[in-house]
Amino acid sequence: MNPTNTKETKSTSSGNMKFPYYPGCTLKTTAKNFENSAIATARALGVELLEIPRWNCCGTVFSLAQDDLIHHVASVRNFIRVQEMNDYGLVKNENRLVTLCSMCFNTLKSTNRRMKENAEDLQKINELMYREEDYKGNVEVLHFLELLKSLGYEKIREKVTKPLKDLNIAPYYGCMILRPKEIAIDDPEDPTIQKDILEALGVSVIDTPYKKVCCGSYQTVKDKYIVAELAYDILSHARKKGAEALTTVCPLCAFNLDQRQQAVKEKHPDFEEMPVFYITQLMTIAFGMDKDVFGFEQNYVDPRPLLKSKSLIED
Amino acid sequence: MIKKIEISPDNEKFLNKVNELSGEVITLCEQCGTCSGGCPLVTEMDITPSQMMRLVQLGQKEVLDHKAIWVCASCFTCTVRCPRQIDVSKVAEALRQIILRQAVDHIDIKAIPKEEIACLPQIALVSACRKFTG
Ligand code: SF4
Ligand code: SF4
Ligand code: SF4
Ligand code: SF4
Repeated sequence: MNPTNTKETKSTSSGNMKFPYYPGCTLKTTAKNFENSAIATARALGVELLEIPRWNCCGTVFSLAQDDLIHHVASVRNFIRVQEMNDYGLVKNENRLVTLCSMCFNTLKSTNRRMKENAEDLQKINELMYREEDYKGNVEVLHFLELLKSLGYEKIREKVTKPLKDLNIAPYYGCMILRPKEIAIDDPEDPTIQKDILEALGVSVIDTPYKKVCCGSYQTVKDKYIVAELAYDILSHARKKGAEALTTVCPLCAFNLDQRQQAVKEKHPDFEEMPVFYITQLMTIAFGMDKDVFGFEQNYVDPRPLLKSKSLIED
Repeated sequence: MIKKIEISPDNEKFLNKVNELSGEVITLCEQCGTCSGGCPLVTEMDITPSQMMRLVQLGQKEVLDHKAIWVCASCFTCTVRCPRQIDVSKVAEALRQIILRQAVDHIDIKAIPKEEIACLPQIALVSACRKFTG
């Protein structure tokens, strides 16, 4: 095994702080625009997101049944990969694993917590994976928003060349970065981390109590109309408060709130579409980056007319 | 109307099974209704989360027949709000697991139209399989 010959490590620019980055599969497909815009904004802020060699799917949901240890194996394997990145010198003494997807974050962080708090569970899993080195329990799981916060909102403000003036945005957090409390990145009942970032970009931030209300998650597969009703409430409430668009940091929230607007319109013919951004897409605009990195072709509701009307993009 | 429920050893066994799988002490629930009041999916459910808790307390296996246990989206809103610190989402998971572990699926992935599968993100499909298939 030789993790040093992966593409990601070769293309790294020097001088930047390097973090092990866990993409998860959705960031490679329907949320490619989230990944691209996040990597670009991180780089602008002096951070290199180094993709973890041979990462594997974390399983998307944290197993809630007490005896279901086997489903934690996938997450722990990724932690071992982070240890190896340190062993091989890909990162220097950096045990903080960064995720973009909220679901991956929740799954990885919850598993890590169980492993740190329960030596017996950890031992069982290590024994099961006897061909891997043991997981030592030192990894820390970080959501990208936490990384941005740790860099400082002032630093973000300094990078802004095109302030997003007159843009009224309601940040949407969903569930997986806020709950349960033990793994939350912010106050579960009144999160502000996206507001602080958006304000640094010059956005007029609209606060709504629906920012933390679940969008229906995986029910989208079983019955899209359950999700459509939740999306209708979340979006129309934001609209009523004056929002022109939403931001999110989860590819499933994004799907449920953006693509599922099609189902919302079936049930509510008077519903007016509203764009849903990944917060990093707005950062790339504010940082004056090239339009290739925006990735708006992957958004279902095209946000370009709104951005053009505010003279924030050209075409 | 008074409804008399006898708690049999069988009921006791069912309660213990759910306690064990969820890791929660279900008898601690004081039926305050906070979980039901805050549940974003409650309007789609046939019984509320607190009713689900009550049925389990009484060891009533019929709780497994209710749609509510499948409609729960594991959003953890009840988890952060229960004044008795009970994680209701884990109780719902335990109930789903009791069914799924008999190799009974709650969703037929093959019946989902191809176009729908093509547009669904992996996280949606993987999580639905994790939650709805045994
Ligand atoms: S959780 Fe998803 S996005 Fe995350 S890696 Fe697994 S299936 Fe993919
Ligand atoms: S809001 Fe929906 S998709 Fe997003 S984290 Fe919650 S359940 Fe998941
Ligand atoms: S919030 Fe807790 S105590 Fe109250 S009904 Fe629900 S489970 Fe019972
Ligand atoms: S975890 Fe389930 S029961 Fe609890 S609030 Fe969310 S959907 Fe309702």
